[in-house]
Amino acid sequence: MNKNEQGSGLRAQGSAETRQTGQASALSAQPSALKGSEFWRTLEERAGDPAFQERLYNEFPSEIEAITDPVARRTFLKLMGASLALAGVTACTKQPPEKIVPYVRQPEELIPGRPLFYATSMAVGGVATGLLVENHEGRPTKIEGNPLHPGSLGATDVFAQAAILGLYDPDRSQTLRNLGEIRPWSAYLGAINAALTAQKPLKGAGLRILTESVNSPTLAAQIRDLLSRFPSAKWHQWDPASRDNIRAGAKLAFGEYVDAQYHFDQADVILSLDADFLGAGPGGLRYARDFSKRRRPEDAEHMNRLYAIESMPTSTGARADHRLPMKPSAIEGAARAIAAAAGVAGARPTGAAQDKEQKWIAAVAKDLLGHRGRSLVIAGESQPPAVHAIAHAMNQALGNAGKTVVYTKTAEAEPVNQLESIRDLVADMNAGKVDLLVIIGGNPVYTAPADLKFADALNKVQLRSHLSLYDDETSALCQWQIPEAHFLEAWSDARAFDGTISIVQPLIAPLYGGKSAHEVLAAMSDRPERSGHDLVRDHWKIDKDDTAWRRWLHDGVMPNTAYAPANVTANAAAVGSGPMSPATPAGALEISFRNDPSVLDGRFANNGWLQELPKPITRLTWDNAVITSPATAARLKGSEYPAFQGGEHGQIIADVVELKLQGRSVRGAMFAVVGHPDDCVTVHLGYGRSRGGRIAAGAGFNANAIRTSSALSFGSGVELTKTGDTFSLACTQYHHLMEGRGLVRAATREEYLRDPKSVHEGPGMEPPPPKTLTLYPEVKYDGYKWGMAIDVNACIGCNACVVGCQSENNIPVIGKEQVLRGREMHWLRVDTYYRGQAENPETYFQPVPCMQCENAPCEVVCPVGATAHSSEGLNDMVYNRCVGTRYCSDNCPYKVRRFNFLLYQDFDTPALKLGRNPDVTVRSRGVMEKCTYCVQRINAAKIDSEKADRKVRDGEIKTACEQACPADAIVFGNLNDPESRVAKLQAETRNYALLAELNTRPRTTYLAAVRNVNPELGE
Amino acid sequence: MNKVAESLQPIEDPNQAVVGAGRPPVIAPGHTFGTVTDKISAIVLTRKTPVGWYAGFGTALLFTGLLLVSLTYLVVKGIGIWGNNIPVGWAFDITNFVWWIGIGHAGTLISAILLLLKQTWRTSINRFAEAMTLFAVSCAGIFPLFHTGRPWLAYWLFPYPNTMNIWPQFRSPLIWDVFAVSTYATVSLLFWFVGLIPDLATLRDRSQSKTGRVIYGMLAMGWRGSAHHWHRYETAYLLLAGLATPLVVSVHTVVSFDFAVGIVPGWHTTIFPPYFVAGAIYSGFAMVLTLAIPIRAVYNLEDFITMRHLQNMAKVMLVTGLIVAYGYMTEAFIAWYSADKYEGFVPMNRMFGPYAVYYWALILCNVVIPQLLWFKKIRTSVPSLFIISLIVNVGMWLERFVIIVLSLHRDFLPSSWGRYAPTFWDWSTFLGTIGLFLSLLFLFLRFLPMISIFEMRTILPEAKVGDE
Repeated sequence: MNKNEQGSGLRAQGSAETRQTGQASALSAQPSALKGSEFWRTLEERAGDPAFQERLYNEFPSEIEAITDPVARRTFLKLMGASLALAGVTACTKQPPEKIVPYVRQPEELIPGRPLFYATSMAVGGVATGLLVENHEGRPTKIEGNPLHPGSLGATDVFAQAAILGLYDPDRSQTLRNLGEIRPWSAYLGAINAALTAQKPLKGAGLRILTESVNSPTLAAQIRDLLSRFPSAKWHQWDPASRDNIRAGAKLAFGEYVDAQYHFDQADVILSLDADFLGAGPGGLRYARDFSKRRRPEDAEHMNRLYAIESMPTSTGARADHRLPMKPSAIEGAARAIAAAAGVAGARPTGAAQDKEQKWIAAVAKDLLGHRGRSLVIAGESQPPAVHAIAHAMNQALGNAGKTVVYTKTAEAEPVNQLESIRDLVADMNAGKVDLLVIIGGNPVYTAPADLKFADALNKVQLRSHLSLYDDETSALCQWQIPEAHFLEAWSDARAFDGTISIVQPLIAPLYGGKSAHEVLAAMSDRPERSGHDLVRDHWKIDKDDTAWRRWLHDGVMPNTAYAPANVTANAAAVGSGPMSPATPAGALEISFRNDPSVLDGRFANNGWLQELPKPITRLTWDNAVITSPATAARLKGSEYPAFQGGEHGQIIADVVELKLQGRSVRGAMFAVVGHPDDCVTVHLGYGRSRGGRIAAGAGFNANAIRTSSALSFGSGVELTKTGDTFSLACTQYHHLMEGRGLVRAATREEYLRDPKSVHEGPGMEPPPPKTLTLYPEVKYDGYKWGMAIDVNACIGCNACVVGCQSENNIPVIGKEQVLRGREMHWLRVDTYYRGQAENPETYFQPVPCMQCENAPCEVVCPVGATAHSSEGLNDMVYNRCVGTRYCSDNCPYKVRRFNFLLYQDFDTPALKLGRNPDVTVRSRGVMEKCTYCVQRINAAKIDSEKADRKVRDGEIKTACEQACPADAIVFGNLNDPESRVAKLQAETRNYALLAELNTRPRTTYLAAVRNVNPELGE
Repeated sequence: MNKVAESLQPIEDPNQAVVGAGRPPVIAPGHTFGTVTDKISAIVLTRKTPVGWYAGFGTALLFTGLLLVSLTYLVVKGIGIWGNNIPVGWAFDITNFVWWIGIGHAGTLISAILLLLKQTWRTSINRFAEAMTLFAVSCAGIFPLFHTGRPWLAYWLFPYPNTMNIWPQFRSPLIWDVFAVSTYATVSLLFWFVGLIPDLATLRDRSQSKTGRVIYGMLAMGWRGSAHHWHRYETAYLLLAGLATPLVVSVHTVVSFDFAVGIVPGWHTTIFPPYFVAGAIYSGFAMVLTLAIPIRAVYNLEDFITMRHLQNMAKVMLVTGLIVAYGYMTEAFIAWYSADKYEGFVPMNRMFGPYAVYYWALILCNVVIPQLLWFKKIRTSVPSLFIISLIVNVGMWLERFVIIVLSLHRDFLPSSWGRYAPTFWDWSTFLGTIGLFLSLLFLFLRFLPMISIFEMRTILPEAKVGDE
């Protein structure tokens, strides 16, 4: 229809053109019809057009004569009537002037309405994750993990899921600018060329390149090539998402930079020293899958046991069987104590650990020693290099090296001490040694340690250019701002955590003509015109025969490029007896800086999906906070309480405190989190952006302002004072207690082995009422009977499912003000509950989508039948029919229904329209919505299966949440098929339905958690 | 009753014996057919409109304007301008709806049930009580319509033939509401209008202005007061009273189903229908008192709306108030007795949760303070009756707020517990409907006889000739 209209518009425009050319030719055909000096009114008159003459002198043009002729008159009236009608019609539909051309040749494999998937990969912090991107008629709409990629295995993290929104972000830098003026690419080429020419005789002594961690072999080769042409130039790296401590720790232990790769599937006992290996970091997705594989209580013999010492409560700590909260500075002491007990030569325990901790440490050491070669120690990126070295030494002493942990070359092309690197750069800039600084990605003005005063130094550089996705804080101080091509728009290559190389292929031409890092570096070479595609291809020496290249693109991985294990030995003696990092004086408050679980170092700060994503554990959105323990908060007289507007499901009013560290200060809202160690605060980076875009604006405070190079990950002596102000934090779940309701069920491994039913014994755990307890006949589901099983024991609370659902189902971002009112729109939420002791509770994650109840309370009360049951047991939502009484939501015991209180969808921003899933209705205001079990995916699979005259196979339909889940915690399928995974899971003893006593008969059920508690330590 | 009568001053008038047989009179002594007609019709036709009327009507109109602004903004922006959220999907909107519907009940009760029970004292208050019903139902109707996310589609709740071939979902209590409330509004309107016809004819006959004669004439529908007319009138009125009587019980019963059918703890209770009906009558009588007391003072109608009326209404309030109090007790008792953890949590949360102050205010307003009505001194003191009636109005509004918001804000899953606070627009819509209610009432007082003239005449001693 649309196409037809536009087609006719094309015709209309065509005829207009004809008329104009007609005029012009008439004009030129009779140049002398009028004398030049005579006056004329219209072009027609001047041209002596006979028709015009007639109109001019004859009041009744010749057509009128038709009226006298009875036959012609009828025709005339008919025509007149028709033309009037047509005039009316055309007056109503203004034809757009655009031209639209259908495919002259249908692109190969492209069937309108059917998505295509392309493999690519996304690198964050120097490590790539393989992805498959869903592409609808040339528009990428959804990101999935690449099952062939070792760093993904089909799963993704929140950043990858949200990258689609990042691509279409209307706030992205859209034009190349020089001092704010829009300039062509050639102007930049000219400027850079001139600067480089000036550098030529100096051998590039004034040239500096600043990149983030580079893991693209092509880019590294380009930079090395540049450095070979300018031998005195320097390449600096600064990536706040990167892992300086890990690098330095490896160097300390092995004398060289190596990457440790962990095999959690081989480990029986795991000790985490403040490492959130499940939540973030290189290989995190892989580790989560390997870890959760070993958590199935049905295979109790192989259940692993996780000990976690950590400061800020994380997903990893929540999944630990034993968690010990400790200040970051105290962890080194504990690590040394465990190392000593575990037999690391020369390691000596330092610091007087408390009794309770000593018992803990002894038990852990014993357990580790009991599992030589099958245990694993991993240190977190915020811990100092010494702790990493100790962990390496422990792994070696326990015989884990080569078994549960292997060491390889680094995924990063050029590992350096990045703090030293940027310090050198600042020193050079301050010394006036830098004439030309090319910043490739990153935002050092915002992220560099505060004491380096990077911005001041940067201003001393003559020519500064910045390639970035956003016109950010760093761009503001550079003469040239080059819009960066998003990774979905550019060619590149990248290494996974294990070294496997993927080709990064674009899914769409750059929306705003952005340039990739390769192209910017090419601009500094002798062949500035070369495209990213050619550069990457040339690097891999692809000639005419590109079979291999096509294979790499198709699979998303280059085969056999994973690194072989390196033969390195940790120098245990040096490590163990190394100097102890200075301990925090007793009573002093400690501060810990962390990358934010949602926006990382701030690079995703303008991504609405990530900003509105409730962070694991704290459930905060849109802000960071000064996080501390309830005891410390009480000691500092800081308080927070739910407001009446929104309350526990929206608005928490918190005290604003001022943090002062080494003479710098910043103000933020204080938020107490149980399980956080006392006398310590944690602040997350990535907030308080001054030039981050419209979404990032106003969110949180900038913790970088007090983060110095001496306390990059933690430091002591922070002063905290209450300001007397309060701040509203948008928190989607403030109440974490189960109130004696058996919502999350859990048992220890011993209890489970004694009697698997023991998971269902506890307060408030009631069995479902018998099915005979109804007057209504039992409904039979003959065909498919869709159901879902969610393993609470596997869920790591990483939120990938939430963002995946948001991306798949066109769920709007509503903004902080609306979250404060308790109206967040996520169809799937990850409820977090605490159990056990108050200061260090067990934490459980429970993803809650729509339960698709067979006896759905929502369906009965809808006055217009807008929510109805399908023959396959889905609780369908008919948006068109919904009038929005909200009765269904009131009556939903799971509160999974979401209401468009206002017009939340952005129907106007053109860029955002491209990213929506065309298979899912975009809801307008006044309409209720909720999880559909991704009904669009179900129907697509059913259509496919019906065409092939077969049933849908188990696993053929993956809901968006299931697909994103790195821990395999969500399984969807057909309950009528006893062989399906979901049917088997629901038949397990651990299986239970949430609020089953209400007789709602949910199709979504949960598998109880089983903790592998060390009997020596008890619960 | 006798005690009350004995305590009153003996009445000098010889007619007293005929009127009340030992009870206080329902009409002050000394009135004749003529004086009754004169006095009531004068308010509409001849008496100068008091300045207070203009002030009151102007203020009420101002608030009606606020209602229009609020509703316009609501339609333009969406429900989000209110404080409603998830989990509190219903808040001020449905609270106000139930409150207004409840207020309407007294009118129907007075006009229909008391008519059938031949309670002659109802005569002086039934007309404006019915008007109040009508206006309250109009205000109530605004909320279910505009609280929908897409009010322009609210007509989908009606079973009308359509090309989509879809019916409403008849299992939903909201559909029952649509029928109950629309039936109620229709019958109330008819009942009120039919009762007005003889008086409209009186006004037509006595009107000095042509406009008045024309308009009242049209509304009187040709009433001539013939025996045929009276015969048909009496039959129709009785039939309508019969029709309206079950509505007194049914409407609020159906409204209570909105909650009782839901599975929300605090809603899912079988006591709701009788408890809601009692509450409705309670609040309705409170509102009649709230309105009657100033009206009789301003228009000097103490002769017609006597102390006996006020006392009787106070007694009805006392009785219904006790039923409501019993409801609160039963609710709490059954919640505990059921041993259901969700139900058991509800009274605890109401009494000690974040909204505890509202719950205790409700108990104070609806249970504690009305106990003063046991004392005759209070019952016969007009100012204290007025204050108590206002308190009960507030209390009954709080009751609905407590039932709706305090049940929703903490239901089954603690992860989804939340809270609700009204926004400016919540308040402006509520106050706006009060403005609309008062505007309509002021217009009614000014342009229609607020007391039934012909019915008042029937309770005069003159009318009783031959009765014995």
